[in-house]
Amino acid sequence: MAMAWVWSGMVVLSLCFGMSSGRLDAVANAALEGARAAVDLSISMAGVLCLWSGVMEVMNACGLSEKLAGAFRPILKRLLPEASRDPETLAAVSANVSANLLGLGNAATPLGIRAARRMARGCGGTASDELCLLVVMNTASIQLIPATIASVRAAAGCETPFDILPAVWMASALSVAAGIAAAKLLERGGRGRW
Amino acid sequence: MVNLSSLVIPLLLAGTAVYGLGKRVNVYAALTRGAEEGLGVLLRIVPALVGLLTAVYMLRASGAMEALSGLCAPLLEALGIPPETVPLMLIRPVSGNGALAVASDLMGAYGPDSTVGRTAAVMLGSTETTFYTIAVYFGSAGIVRTRHTLPAALVADLTGFAAAALAVRVFF
Repeated sequence: MAMAWVWSGMVVLSLCFGMSSGRLDAVANAALEGARAAVDLSISMAGVLCLWSGVMEVMNACGLSEKLAGAFRPILKRLLPEASRDPETLAAVSANVSANLLGLGNAATPLGIRAARRMARGCGGTASDELCLLVVMNTASIQLIPATIASVRAAAGCETPFDILPAVWMASALSVAAGIAAAKLLERGGRGRW
Repeated sequence: MVNLSSLVIPLLLAGTAVYGLGKRVNVYAALTRGAEEGLGVLLRIVPALVGLLTAVYMLRASGAMEALSGLCAPLLEALGIPPETVPLMLIRPVSGNGALAVASDLMGAYGPDSTVGRTAAVMLGSTETTFYTIAVYFGSAGIVRTRHTLPAALVADLTGFAAAALAVRVFF
């Protein structure tokens, strides 16, 4: 339901601002342009999505994903005890976490989606506590090497683009910790209300 | 410095293929089977993206984004976050490419080694495209009631922004 409010708010706000600033033409065009951009984006990510779903399938078939999952099993078992009972979900979540750490956002998303779809089975459209936590973990970046950002800094004329690494790690760690803590608190307080 | 991402991807592909062959797995059949599954996932993502990007583009064109920046400035100064980064913080949760564009704009205007430029870079590195992530994950999993996900994710984002400003002050 939250997204319904956010989306409606964004559209209504655009209408009000567009009218008061006389940019309604631009807003009207932007709506059509945004819809088209969404399909463009979908098409541009289609190949990567299919590729990584394929790679994941290969990893599954040869038992590699189980080994990868092993590294993260102890932490994830504590964070997501229910989901960890299904080996394939645990494997997908572990692979998702390791791809996130390596900064492979395009690889992490299909892996995470795979886990989310398994965790959502038979829930009737309501996210479980653990599914919420998985998504929150994915909305908070946990990158070890932010290569894209370093390349932007280098492009802006920076000679040591990677000198921000300790700052990025510190900020990421605080952000992930806050997200997990907030999800844990809200799942208790909000039960039965959402 | 070696770009780790460009080493990791080919290494991962080759490693998986060789390992699979070693285990007598039909690697190519498994790859295409998985890719077909990916196509089905994509079909469920498209509707969510159409809704989200339409709203984001409208918001940007209407000038609401800039107005919100002005509104937030006093509060952020109190938190030690440079107010110049407001447009970045507003765009960050909704558009990854937009955020990259705004951040590179800030780095160009203030210099990549300035406090604003560094804060922008750390913000970009310590947060994610929250709304997009939520739309994609829940869209493909068929979830309608997302419960506390959005508030918790926004707490993580806000902490990331404040922590980015703090980290830049600590390390530089």
